[in-house]
Amino acid sequence: MRMLGRTAQNLFWLSRYVERAENMARLLEVGYRMSLTSRREGGASEHLISMLQAAEMDEAFAERHDVADVDTVAYFMMFDPTNPSSVYSCLQAARTNARSVRTAITTDMWESMNGAWLEFSQIKPRDVRGAKLLGLLQWVRQRSHEFRGALLGTILRDDGFAFLQAGNFVERADNTARILDMKYYVLLPRSSLVGGEIDIQQWTLILRAASAHRSYGHVYHDRYKAHNIADFLILRTEMPRSLVYCAHFVRDNLNLLAKLYGRREACHDAMEDMLKLVEGTNMDQIFAHGLHEFLNDFIDRNNRVTDTLSASYNFY
Amino acid sequence: MGENTPFDEMYNADGSVREPYRALSEWLAEQPEKGLALMQADAEAIFRKLGITFAVYGSEEGTEKVIPFDVIPRIIAANEWRKLSRGIEQRVKALNAFLYDIYHRQEILKAGRIPEKLILNNAAFCPQMMGLEPARGVYAHIIGVDIVRVGPDEFYVLEDNLRTPSGVSYMLEDREAMMMLAPDLFQRSKVAPVETYPENLRRTLESVAPAGAGRNPVIAVLTPGIYNSAYFEHSFLADQMGAQLCEGQDLFVDGGKVYMRTTTGPERVDVIYRRIDDDYLDPLTFRPDSMLGVPGIFDAYRAGNVTLVNAPGTGIADDKAVYTYVPEIIEFYLGEKALLNNVPTYNCTDVDQRAWVLENIAELVVKEVHGSGGYGMMVGPTSTKAQHEEFKKKIIARPDNYIVQPTLALSTCPTHINNDVAPRHVDLRPYVLVGDEVRITPGGLTRVALKKGSLVVNSSQGGGTKDTWVLED
Repeated sequence: MRMLGRTAQNLFWLSRYVERAENMARLLEVGYRMSLTSRREGGASEHLISMLQAAEMDEAFAERHDVADVDTVAYFMMFDPTNPSSVYSCLQAARTNARSVRTAITTDMWESMNGAWLEFSQIKPRDVRGAKLLGLLQWVRQRSHEFRGALLGTILRDDGFAFLQAGNFVERADNTARILDMKYYVLLPRSSLVGGEIDIQQWTLILRAASAHRSYGHVYHDRYKAHNIADFLILRTEMPRSLVYCAHFVRDNLNLLAKLYGRREACHDAMEDMLKLVEGTNMDQIFAHGLHEFLNDFIDRNNRVTDTLSASYNFY
Repeated sequence: MGENTPFDEMYNADGSVREPYRALSEWLAEQPEKGLALMQADAEAIFRKLGITFAVYGSEEGTEKVIPFDVIPRIIAANEWRKLSRGIEQRVKALNAFLYDIYHRQEILKAGRIPEKLILNNAAFCPQMMGLEPARGVYAHIIGVDIVRVGPDEFYVLEDNLRTPSGVSYMLEDREAMMMLAPDLFQRSKVAPVETYPENLRRTLESVAPAGAGRNPVIAVLTPGIYNSAYFEHSFLADQMGAQLCEGQDLFVDGGKVYMRTTTGPERVDVIYRRIDDDYLDPLTFRPDSMLGVPGIFDAYRAGNVTLVNAPGTGIADDKAVYTYVPEIIEFYLGEKALLNNVPTYNCTDVDQRAWVLENIAELVVKEVHGSGGYGMMVGPTSTKAQHEEFKKKIIARPDNYIVQPTLALSTCPTHINNDVAPRHVDLRPYVLVGDEVRITPGGLTRVALKKGSLVVNSSQGGGTKDTWVLED
């Protein structure tokens, strides 16, 4: 049976929203940890705000709250229904998309998504503080993993699968690029080779936000270095949140669509454009070109993939 | 009819168990303490997890409830069912013949058997359907007939739902749940299967595909979308029969043909099982403000390029005012006497009948002619004096807007209430498919009024459902 354009769209966004909920939870966890350990005056608020900036939520936050403390930021990122990127909004949007395509996803996927939403929507924000907040953030990540597990374990490898996977990895690529861009200045090469205390804190934040603080050691066998961190999150093919890894996943799934439908579309050119940026290059070249410029270029090309994908497969 | 003690489907008046309920009665006696309550909790969890929910109108958008499911099945004997299904088949054949006639030569009006005004001035009459030739001459393909039982051999038809009857997914899911919860009870009984419904639905829809469709007609289920109260059912049926689930925006008309927008371009659609009301189907033909429908779809239908199921305009045959004439209709088209009873209905526009109705309102049921879902109705014996007065005023103000019937003593079935078993009133909605042949699923949806003494079984008014068993010989 041929797939409705709307179904393809719903599948793409279903996966994107699940991934986004997971990334929001991870980011908030980082902000929360940093705010606990910061010794400087006003440090907690500073960390939380830079974390909001990474998620491009700082302006929306400032419209609603005067003070950035753990309670206001946690509420805003987890529960605020007026924040379209809060975990609440993401899970609701994901579940709505899933409900629209009940017939195109498996029972296991539906039950995972429906269960996550039903549980989350029962939670009262004021009951979630301190240790409970960390527990809940972990829960969000786990539900995202559960959904992805149900997806990988049960769905047919057809066009629906390709749209789901493309959505997942377009979102992840965007997230990693934004985290890096937020802190790009602490990754720039400098005359002093050893990072100061502040640098180490910032680097840790970046790595944790990508769940990469432990795997870093496995790959580099070295202390944290700006060059390595950037390399890890941009160019390492074994790092499942790196830009190149995500780009490869997008490529593979768009190629699957081309194979199934027997035709390449505008989105395939856009995907090749994105790949060109992260393939056949190294960190020295990227630094020479400018890290900030590079990341923005990547984000733009990644957005182009979504736009052309929508047009190529009749999203509406 | 109307006796004080309602007919109980499990127990005779002397307390002995009626034959069809023997196995159930033994099984109930064997259940451990709290057994039913545990089963009930399991059932609720199953339904919620599967997302078998309905949206509640008037509450916050997206609020979803699970219809209460009762774990004690309702049982119908084989010979009882044979009689019922013969009566149902007769009824749906006559009603389809009536629809063909009304939208063509109108012989029944010319013969003076039904007042012309009642049809032609009726809001449910659809003039756009005049002269149109639907595939196989069928208008109402999917029908839910509401039936109540008042005695061992006494059944009444309350309503023929010929527009877009809902609830069939509950019939199917209730059976699934029941088989999961009480496999041992199934082993002791011979229960006719209901899970053939989706396949029969598909066959019915394929059988009415337009002449130009290929060997494998493309079938779509047209839903108003995820906020509709019956959305679960729409997606469930599409999934079960391997059809495409579409919203209005997924379809478009080009050159008098209907297409869906797919990832690889337009694909022709042959049969549309639409779960959108007539009024919203096509903004070019019906309500111009409709955002749910498909512009031009009615013209494509008229041109014979697509089949709409059910046809627009079937409401003229299940209108509450036309209902009174169904025995007449059966006789006129089939030359047979009606096998199933109609509930006697009083006509309030008749001065004498109205006077009698107003006098006896405390004993009667008043229904709005165009009401549904248990809204706009009053059950005399369970209403207050103030409500009686209110409805008297309404009848006097608009006598043509109400029909009045005696209060039927709906049969009761044993029902699980707070870890106890108590009789509750039930009705029955069997589902009928009409295409190349008439296919009736054994049983149907039993709705049960969970409130003690209540006669209103609608889910919007606190009703639940039961698995319905037709025993095989």
